[in-house]
Amino acid sequence: MGTTITIKNLTKRFGDVVAVNNVSLAIEAGTFLTLLGPSGCGKTTLLRCVAGLEDPDEGEIYIGDRLVFSRARGISVPAGQRDIGLVFQNYALWPHMTVYKNMSFALEIRKLPKAEIDKRVKESLAEVKMLGYENRYPREMSGGQQQRIALARMLAYRPKVFLMDEPLSNLDARLRMDMRAELKRLHYVAGATTIYVTHDQVEALTMSSLIAVMKDGVLQQVDTPDRVYRCPSNLFVADFIGNPKVNLLEGVVDGQGCVDLGEFKVAMDTQGVEGKVVLAIRPEDIAVYTEPTPGTVKFTVYSVLPSGADSTIVARTGEREVTIRVPGISPIKMDDSVWLKFDPQVINLYDGATGNLVAVRKV
Amino acid sequence: MGVPEVLQPPLSLRILAAYRRFIRWLTSARVLLALILLVMMVYLILVPLYRMVETTVTYQERDVLAVPDAVPGQLTAYHWVRMLASRVSRVFLYAPLQHSLVVATGATLLAMFIGSVLAWLVIRTDMPGRHLVNNLATIPYIMPSWTIAMAWKVMFNTRVAGGTPGLLEYLIGRPIPTWLAYGPIPIIISSALHYYTFFFLFVSAALMSIDSNLEDAAELAGASRSRILRRITFPLVLPALLSGFIMTFSKVMGTFGGPNVLGTPVRYYVIATMIRSSVAIGEFADGFVLAIVLILFTIVTIYINQRLIGTRKSYETIGGRGFVAHVARLGPWRKVLAAGVIVFQVLVIALPLGLLAYDTFMLHPGNYSLSNFTLHYWIGKSDINIANGTPGVLRNPKIYSSAWNSIRLSLATAFFTALLGVILGYAIVKGRGTRLSKLVEQISFIPYVIPGIAFGAVYISMFSKRVGPIPPLYGTFALLVIVSVAKHIPYSARSGVSAMLQVGRELEEAGQMAGANLWQRFKRIIFPLTSAGFVSGFLLTFITTMRELSLIILLVTPATQVLSSQTMRYTENGDTQMANAVILILITLVLIGNFIIGRFRGGSLKKGLGM
Repeated sequence: MGTTITIKNLTKRFGDVVAVNNVSLAIEAGTFLTLLGPSGCGKTTLLRCVAGLEDPDEGEIYIGDRLVFSRARGISVPAGQRDIGLVFQNYALWPHMTVYKNMSFALEIRKLPKAEIDKRVKESLAEVKMLGYENRYPREMSGGQQQRIALARMLAYRPKVFLMDEPLSNLDARLRMDMRAELKRLHYVAGATTIYVTHDQVEALTMSSLIAVMKDGVLQQVDTPDRVYRCPSNLFVADFIGNPKVNLLEGVVDGQGCVDLGEFKVAMDTQGVEGKVVLAIRPEDIAVYTEPTPGTVKFTVYSVLPSGADSTIVARTGEREVTIRVPGISPIKMDDSVWLKFDPQVINLYDGATGNLVAVRKV
Repeated sequence: MGVPEVLQPPLSLRILAAYRRFIRWLTSARVLLALILLVMMVYLILVPLYRMVETTVTYQERDVLAVPDAVPGQLTAYHWVRMLASRVSRVFLYAPLQHSLVVATGATLLAMFIGSVLAWLVIRTDMPGRHLVNNLATIPYIMPSWTIAMAWKVMFNTRVAGGTPGLLEYLIGRPIPTWLAYGPIPIIISSALHYYTFFFLFVSAALMSIDSNLEDAAELAGASRSRILRRITFPLVLPALLSGFIMTFSKVMGTFGGPNVLGTPVRYYVIATMIRSSVAIGEFADGFVLAIVLILFTIVTIYINQRLIGTRKSYETIGGRGFVAHVARLGPWRKVLAAGVIVFQVLVIALPLGLLAYDTFMLHPGNYSLSNFTLHYWIGKSDINIANGTPGVLRNPKIYSSAWNSIRLSLATAFFTALLGVILGYAIVKGRGTRLSKLVEQISFIPYVIPGIAFGAVYISMFSKRVGPIPPLYGTFALLVIVSVAKHIPYSARSGVSAMLQVGRELEEAGQMAGANLWQRFKRIIFPLTSAGFVSGFLLTFITTMRELSLIILLVTPATQVLSSQTMRYTENGDTQMANAVILILITLVLIGNFIIGRFRGGSLKKGLGM
């Protein structure tokens, strides 16, 4: 089964660039943790530090109780001795070895008996549903098949920790969907602690038990997918997660239990909050009425974008524009008038200056 | 997040940590290899260079004979003043320098003309037989550079210059003018016919990479064909021409063979032959001053080339392999032209070989009648009246030992060069961006600017004494291998880097994750993945070493004689037939090697030139 991973005050610099900035993380055994962030945010570097492919400039890393890296104590256990498996973005299958050789390599280095190697290779191939491909070379397989072999290669030596660096990014959209389910199942069965790097928020939301959002080398929020989605801890996370994007409406607390947005006011609990704020409401949390209703604001529909399961509506009042998501194909047409309800129960409030969450939604 | 802060440990632990970090840095694969390479290259490249400069600015033992109050080892400008500004400077430096420049410029321009025209015909016209022309174009370069010079001598030798008459003089019965037999003109022509391959390869690669749409656009704009050539095509191939120029120019500047065969007999010395004669009489300091001058000229040439091409890398041609569909139509002349070109190429290859072979069958030099026919120089027993009693080459154990030396020297050099290439490539590519990697790369380039003859000269003084744990190596076979490997380091680094760049870094990292140590990663991952480059590098080095002369001429001894130096020795002793027989054996071995290269896919002369 899995093991805990503890990262303390980890910093990694490349020249003047701080790729990972004072990151601390405690990951419980068996967790599927996703490092999520835009490209260049340091997520891959953090992963490579855990793997042992990069030496951090500061901090410590424990795998279980074992200290595998400590700058202060001058310790860095070589990658191959950390009991960690890594799936590379481009799979990194050795092109001159057959599938079998690719998989037995690590086991031969560990000097396992031949029968045991054979057994493990077969088992791992079965797990990724690739039995019978032992004698193929990587170039003789499709991208999806190579992906499975890359996984099997990692599984074969049964590491306690799985690291995956954007493993699905080179697959086409459909295959990616299938592999998400497979990967999640694989993690469920193996129970190994997993760190998964991706810039794809859907991947993160669908697969993880824990998401760590990064920006410019700094951890922004570490939470369950649900919490990250519903209660982003700052404006960056709020803006990064969700498609269509969250509505961010700038306003001022008026001291009378309302946020003044200029065109209209939203009544909500603003205790302890003052000055400029940003009000965040998810597109699906805005209620739409086609007739005047108490407690609503009148908007004009600017555009309607149906996509089958749901429709996205862009509506405006004055300079203010909001995005709304409604289920199914909406009967609303362009230039229609709609009345929108901003329920304070589903609104997050952020400090206009710091961007931090100051008032959290109630439901 | 519930993670406690890392505490600042006490000083003793911090020192221990720093020590551990240092050890880890030192033993990390790229650093360890880079440092080993650095030590090796400092010893094989920088120390020799330093010793060379040092020798020129200190009094040598023998200077006591010329300067009574000289103290050996004392700092002095004596050698530089003597070579640059004294009564003998003209003879020792300025005249040879002038000759070198004349020969190098002439040969380069002629080679540029031949190579570019052939490249244009092959790549950009509808001339028939282009494939054949393409294949034939590389053969002159494969043969030793002084092959044509020796054949020239068979053809044009003249009594006027004190030699025996050549074939032409024998046939027409009148003396051939000396300027045609010896001196700059024959040297220029014979060198150009060897080096035109450079231009052919560079220019054809450039022409191939040019999008013919650029030329079509000009044609649509109403430009004439010659105008398109001048205004569109020429500027686009200019970088290739310049690259070919510096490569040929610096090669010819440092070439010993041709000028020694066609210049030395009439006292037409170039820098390379002057270095040899200085070193041969023990005037190392004089020779080294000349070598430094030669190196400076090479550096200046490269610098000018870099400036002219701008920021573009000197040998990099655009990699696009889209072969051009549009070709110039040559009209009714195309067959005649093709015939002319192929006849020219065959003559350049076959005529020299034929002349050399013919000459080896002539018992008395200067007589080319059939009655003079003999197989003595090939299979004759020792006869005191012929060639001082030297037996025919196929009966001569010295020739067999030279041939064996040539082969094992080439094999050893090729093996170590290819091996070094992989390691250099690894250290340079894995350390990209670090100062250490840059340093390794820069030092590895240095032998490129040191002409072969100068490199050989340095190694004499360097290895004639015990240095630390290394015994005196002068006169040993090992020294020949070392100097050959050292001279090949720039090529080795180039091909190693390009081979390593093709191996993604993840492939090695996947090995690291699997727990493989450095040796296991090299053995199981890096060597197998770079093996194609290794094999082609091996074969090409094998050939270039086989026909190397300038580099080793100063270092061979009777015991370590190789075929190339043996043929030069016979030439200098006036045993022309023997010399010609030996060079034919050498060419045969080289052609066999080249045939083997052709068997291996991926090995090509282009790659060997670092293109």
